[in-house]
Amino acid sequence: MTGFFQLLARNRLALAGGVVLSLVILLALVTPLLPLADPDVTDTANRFKLPFSEGALLGTDHLGRDLLSRLLWGTRLSLAVGFAAAIVAATIGSAIGIVAGFYGGRTDNLIMRGVDMLMAFPYILLALAIVAALGPGLFNALIAVAAVNVPFFARNIRGITVGIAHKEFVDAARLAGLSNTRIIVSEVLPNVIPVIVIAMSTTIGWMILETAGLSFLGLGSQPPQADLGSMLGEARSALITNPHTSIVPGLMILVIVMSINLLGDGVRDALDPRLKSGALSRPMAATRVDRKGPLPAPTGAGLLEVQGLQTQFHIKDRVYRAVGGVDLHVAKGECLGIIGESGSGKSVTALSVMGLVASPPGVITGGAAHYEGEDLIGAPYRRLRGMRGRNVAYIFQDPLATLHPLYRVGDQLIEAIRAHRPIGREEGRRKAVELLTAVRIPNPEKRIANYPHEMSGGMRQRVGIAMALANDPDIIIADEPTTALDVTVQAQVLTILDDLRRSRGLAIIFITHDFGVVAQLCDRVAVMYAGRIVEEGRTADILGAPRHPYTARLMACVPEVGGGKRRLEAIAGLPPVVDRLPEGCAFAERCLKAQEACRRDEIPLVRDGASAVRCLYPNDPSREAAE
Amino acid sequence: MTEALKLTDLAKSFPVGRGFLGGARGAVKAVHPITLSVRKGETLGIVGESGCGKSTLARMLVGLLKPTSGTIEIEGEAFATADPAAFGRRIQYVFQDPISSLNPRKTIRQIMEAPLKRLHNMPAEARKERIAEIFDSVNLREEFLDRYPHEFSGGQAQRIGIARALAASARILILDEPVSALDVSVQAQVLNLLADLRAAFDLTYLFISHDLAVVEAVSDRIAVLYFGSVVELGPAEEVFATPRHPYTRLLADSAPVVGRPLAAPEAAGTDLPDPLNPPPGCAFAGRCPHATDRCRSEVPRLEPIGDHARVACFHPLPA
Repeated sequence: MTGFFQLLARNRLALAGGVVLSLVILLALVTPLLPLADPDVTDTANRFKLPFSEGALLGTDHLGRDLLSRLLWGTRLSLAVGFAAAIVAATIGSAIGIVAGFYGGRTDNLIMRGVDMLMAFPYILLALAIVAALGPGLFNALIAVAAVNVPFFARNIRGITVGIAHKEFVDAARLAGLSNTRIIVSEVLPNVIPVIVIAMSTTIGWMILETAGLSFLGLGSQPPQADLGSMLGEARSALITNPHTSIVPGLMILVIVMSINLLGDGVRDALDPRLKSGALSRPMAATRVDRKGPLPAPTGAGLLEVQGLQTQFHIKDRVYRAVGGVDLHVAKGECLGIIGESGSGKSVTALSVMGLVASPPGVITGGAAHYEGEDLIGAPYRRLRGMRGRNVAYIFQDPLATLHPLYRVGDQLIEAIRAHRPIGREEGRRKAVELLTAVRIPNPEKRIANYPHEMSGGMRQRVGIAMALANDPDIIIADEPTTALDVTVQAQVLTILDDLRRSRGLAIIFITHDFGVVAQLCDRVAVMYAGRIVEEGRTADILGAPRHPYTARLMACVPEVGGGKRRLEAIAGLPPVVDRLPEGCAFAERCLKAQEACRRDEIPLVRDGASAVRCLYPNDPSREAAE
Repeated sequence: MTEALKLTDLAKSFPVGRGFLGGARGAVKAVHPITLSVRKGETLGIVGESGCGKSTLARMLVGLLKPTSGTIEIEGEAFATADPAAFGRRIQYVFQDPISSLNPRKTIRQIMEAPLKRLHNMPAEARKERIAEIFDSVNLREEFLDRYPHEFSGGQAQRIGIARALAASARILILDEPVSALDVSVQAQVLNLLADLRAAFDLTYLFISHDLAVVEAVSDRIAVLYFGSVVELGPAEEVFATPRHPYTRLLADSAPVVGRPLAAPEAAGTDLPDPLNPPPGCAFAGRCPHATDRCRSEVPRLEPIGDHARVACFHPLPA
């Protein structure tokens, strides 16, 4: 709750709106206590007195009534009617929406078609019809305004409820013996309340305007009772001769609606989880680079050489060190595996290379990524864009999220090629078929006309690979490309990647959490923990005799097919959070071999021939073999 | 030998192509008639790839979905209607995504109290005691009770999910991919906890997963599901070591194993059969290297083979 107010207060406009609205509401509340003239007493001798005249601060209207008094009493009434209408509309509309969304099926169909019919009428016509049927009067205007706004709430809330009704916690509540009514009240309602508040905050100003509109037409408050709409309506005839009688209530309406809308937008932004996580702040085209200190010079190792890479996320006043100094390289035709658990920094490392980490909040704070001697980090955006997909291409985990759902896969492949070189229709089509053939999609001539949703997960991931191949890159960075796939499909996709690197000399950086996959595909492997590489070397060496205790114990956690029923090794505890990394070794907390020295200083990655390990007391493969 | 769970010809089909007034134009058979029994204290593993009907089967077993035909018998008692509250005292469900199975707006205590209150009408004092007891058995600290779900890591949230299932005092748990959303180091913690709880409370598990190695490590028997039918059923140590059904063999060969070279066990382009237009015979015939004309016209039944196993295949592989 305090977080909500902090977010709201950061939005200056919303804060201003909130202050103004509070003042207006306060004035309306204390109106009966103020020494004001009676708003309804006419005094035709003193009609149309100008503002700031004797005895009438804002002047008088066509019947000589005190405008200040009428304004405050009118504001009081308008606000009350507006808020009441909003609450009535929100309550009824939300109830309808929740019932329709929760029960679904025929109930939903019947209710929502009824709501649709209500929405088919222009709102003012509907309101007029309701007032005509019930007769003029402020209370009937309230009913009309509320009724007109019910469909808006019903539709909004129904959509949200449909999503919540299919959540697993609703199933869990059913299994805990809760009845449908209880589920609606205790599981669904608390989760839709933020949406109801958002919808109310953005429509309440509109409802005050609608009420004023009906009063203006003489269908709302009846004389001599004042509300803002009727004040405007009465002043209409004197608009030219005595404009102040119109301007005073008009300004008040403007101030109220404006402040409510500003505050409402602020409330919406602060409550909406998507906006809170930064969906409104558009990320920059390339990751922000803010490197201090000397930059490493390329040593010429491999085709791509990453040196001392540091990537951080700056969120509010916290600094998350996602990648804390990573060195790696990959040569032509080689496959490097990066293995690690979630949060170990393996994906951020890969995305940093081409400046694809979202900024804000991502910042690259150190290191270099040399591609054929050129530092990619800090390269101008034009240069990076020219190289993305052309030299270094990516394959992501979820092909459904990376392919555009509204375009045919063939067109998307051609577009990927066009981004780098002009290509004609016929040639593009031929090239697309060629690419789909290369990833062994059967019947490619027909398949290029498919939309992504018409393909299976395995087929879509093949299209993802084809797209990465579209411009004959030298390096492919594959971020868990088979995690979402079934095992039989995974085997096919891995085979395709393996063949491609052998036939085209591709360098592959393969990110995964699966040792079996690494063993089958990668020549070398780097193990990451809490943003750093803890062990690196030839795959067979590391999987055969892991030297870092973390690697060894992680491997022991993973069951393998063919082992039968057994108890698994587990690593107690959790990986550290990267905004509060401990001194020394990040794994010391969970390590059985940890000593005092492990928790003291920075532990260097010690290289020994083809392998490297970041540990003071590494496992000794030769001794263990002897045992 | 007592049976904890007995399914007889349990099947589910979903209507598709609903017309304007609700008349369905066809049906997709998500689960073909399955007959299966689970012994008391046993862990039965169910493996299958996406779309094989394993989640539909699981949801029927806890009363969240009404079967189209067939019966479910839990601890000797037949359950005819799909009523989760009636099922809940006997059989509980642990969800795949631990975080989304906890209501974000409720404290852990409120979540834990629901089954005690609604299923067992327990008074407040007894509830408190029981929750403390359960939390102790899943190695969670009591101070967690007043926090909200988003404050927990995946592994902790899954422990809470398991604790909730235990709170209902059900003796059968359906574990639907309980560790596939967790990191490997945490996955092992949760699997070991499940094994301890089974021994301590004499529980019966139905362990559903797509991960062959995990299923093999925790199960006594394994049922392999393909296209809504059980194609092979046998002791865990034999099913993947000596598969009798060609599909089981394909699964076992596809699982990546350290030390085995990469080789696609099957040519590309063999997609799953179309559920709207199922093949007349064996659903696997289109992908099967041993398929004959009989396989393409007649559906094989699950028949005993060897001492303990059962397989639905006209041409089972030699042991």
